[in-house]
Amino acid sequence: MSMTAKLQKYNFIKKVNWGRTFVAGVPAFWLGLFFFVPFLVVFKISLSEATIAIPPYIDLLDVDMEEAYISLKINLGNYLFLFEDDFYLDAYLSSVKIAVVSTFFTLLVAFPIAYAIAKADGSKRVLLLALVILPFWTSFLLRVYAWMEFLKKNGLVNEFLLTVGIIDEPLIMLQTDFAVYIGIVYTYLPFMVLPLYSALEKMDGTLIEAAQDLGCKPMQSFFLVTLPLAMPGVIAGCVLVFIPAVGEFVIPALLGGADTLMIGRVLWDEFFLNRDWPMASAVAIVMLVVLVLPIMLIRNSQGKGEAV
Amino acid sequence: MTFSEQIVPSSILTPDAQLPLWKQDGAEPFLRIENITKNFGEFKAVDNISLDIYKKELFCLLGGSGSGKSTLLRMLAGFEEPTSGRILIDGVDMAGIQPWERPVNMMFQSYALFPHLSVADNVAFGLKREGIAKAEINKRVAEMLGMVQLGHLGKRKPHQLSGGQRQRVALARALIKRPKLLLLDEPLGALDKKLREETQFELINIQEELGVTFVVVTHDQEEAMTLATRIGVMNQGIIVQTDEPHDVYEYPNSKFVADFVGSVNMFEGKVIQDQPDSVQIESKEAGTTLFVNHGINCSPDQIVHVAIRPEKIRITKSEPEKGVNCIQGEIEEIAYMGSLSVFRVRLPSGKEVRVTQPNFTRSMGDRFTWKDTVFLHWDDDSSVVLTS
Repeated sequence: MSMTAKLQKYNFIKKVNWGRTFVAGVPAFWLGLFFFVPFLVVFKISLSEATIAIPPYIDLLDVDMEEAYISLKINLGNYLFLFEDDFYLDAYLSSVKIAVVSTFFTLLVAFPIAYAIAKADGSKRVLLLALVILPFWTSFLLRVYAWMEFLKKNGLVNEFLLTVGIIDEPLIMLQTDFAVYIGIVYTYLPFMVLPLYSALEKMDGTLIEAAQDLGCKPMQSFFLVTLPLAMPGVIAGCVLVFIPAVGEFVIPALLGGADTLMIGRVLWDEFFLNRDWPMASAVAIVMLVVLVLPIMLIRNSQGKGEAV
Repeated sequence: MTFSEQIVPSSILTPDAQLPLWKQDGAEPFLRIENITKNFGEFKAVDNISLDIYKKELFCLLGGSGSGKSTLLRMLAGFEEPTSGRILIDGVDMAGIQPWERPVNMMFQSYALFPHLSVADNVAFGLKREGIAKAEINKRVAEMLGMVQLGHLGKRKPHQLSGGQRQRVALARALIKRPKLLLLDEPLGALDKKLREETQFELINIQEELGVTFVVVTHDQEEAMTLATRIGVMNQGIIVQTDEPHDVYEYPNSKFVADFVGSVNMFEGKVIQDQPDSVQIESKEAGTTLFVNHGINCSPDQIVHVAIRPEKIRITKSEPEKGVNCIQGEIEEIAYMGSLSVFRVRLPSGKEVRVTQPNFTRSMGDRFTWKDTVFLHWDDDSSVVLTS
């Protein structure tokens, strides 16, 4: 290639940079408009004072042209109240607990599924993957209602267990934490299966043979080779399940009992029952911080792990 | 050190010390493969193979893809169960013995290094499973890395190594458990030519130093030639010929072996005179009667093939005095390859003959050129008659 041709090529790339800016800019703009701006709005509301009006809060900034004064009133009371009242702390802790437990069980259920799909051959694999994604084609709400049918006192599960004779009287499953766990594990399973599958599918099968050749029994080779190599998938899946599970509202509302305390529900109550928008906003902001911080930490440690 | 005890070759203590074990009568094989068959559905990957391999041998299974050589190796490692037959290692039947229980280690074609572990941890992997004390493990890993000249790279991850370094890590990892039998699947396949040649000799040195029995699978006949004490040539699930490299090359027992190992010219012909120590074959392809100085078992008038290697044919412009095994032809193509030249000569019968000749001189002056009419001739002990 001659020098001029090289230069021309270089210029061409430079011109394309506009296109690249555009391509990267659209999602950035989208995120800015629909995530960052609403976040700022919510943050603003969380610093205001509640009142009985429409909308039900007093603006931070009060501009009076006639009297010629501008006042900025920031109310930290909502945040202080969050930490004063144990109720909120309990709700956060209980949400995190439910999310952690259900993420763990989702992982337990999803791993064998993902492993089997990754080991299946060609056409079978496509079919199995389709089956994992299939539930998304039905409304999420419908599927949760279906679980109510399964779990209720005279539902399918109880009927079956009674007929078989394992139990004498129906189990109380609906409106317990147990039902919430079932609901979350069931709903978020695909989010765990897919990243696990993509991690396991990339894995070279001869690594397992190498481990066995060097003296590993199948269980050992799983913990020493398969699991460490699937770790990126495990982390991605756990993050994808944990985050929405913490803020989950529909599942605890429909399947959980009165004492199933989750932050999504608290938020709903503050907003729609108490009509305390500033308090609801503060709850939301704190939840975001609680979620974002650990995820950033995980991402950081992952980045370092790859750099070594 | 336990190594030095193992190094003393037991063959020295036996009376027929001058003969290799496989030529001694009644020598006990270290690895005995008895009538092994492996079917995958309808497909016979390995078809009733029996083979004895002796201690400290470096045995090469040579064959093309689909010849069953890898399947045989995988059965030795325990990754595949034979459909029928027995495998005995050091006298112990391997039936039902799992890969992790066998006194066998394998070096994989892809090396199969654990990407999440450092070089040192990869090498230590096998020892850690045996519950050996940490200090002992560290000592042996350092020793082994020293032997494969990777002592300074113990902390690296596999993806930070070159192909040749990875190959040596794989070898170190497979050797550290001091297996009785080491299986190597295309050990040099992923290396470039120069590195291959160096590594071949390294591999032989290590094998001699440790006295481990090696079974190597390869499709590369050059690799098999340089490495092996004996070669088993495989085709379609059976071993066609088992011999020392020299014998496989010079005395192939079939057209397949002659053709697969090295290149060869073959002339079809009819036996016209068959004596105990010589044969005469009339060949239309060669356009003359060919003399071969060894006897064969054949019926009169049988159609046979005379095989002659390209480097054993002399090529001259003038007719040689002794007119035996001499044919005339026209040079059609010349390939200059530095150390030697390859000629393609067309015979009047239309048959094409390949001849290689070392480039004795640097000058181009009296070299052959295209369209030259030349005489090709060879001695009667240079060719082999193949009946199958």
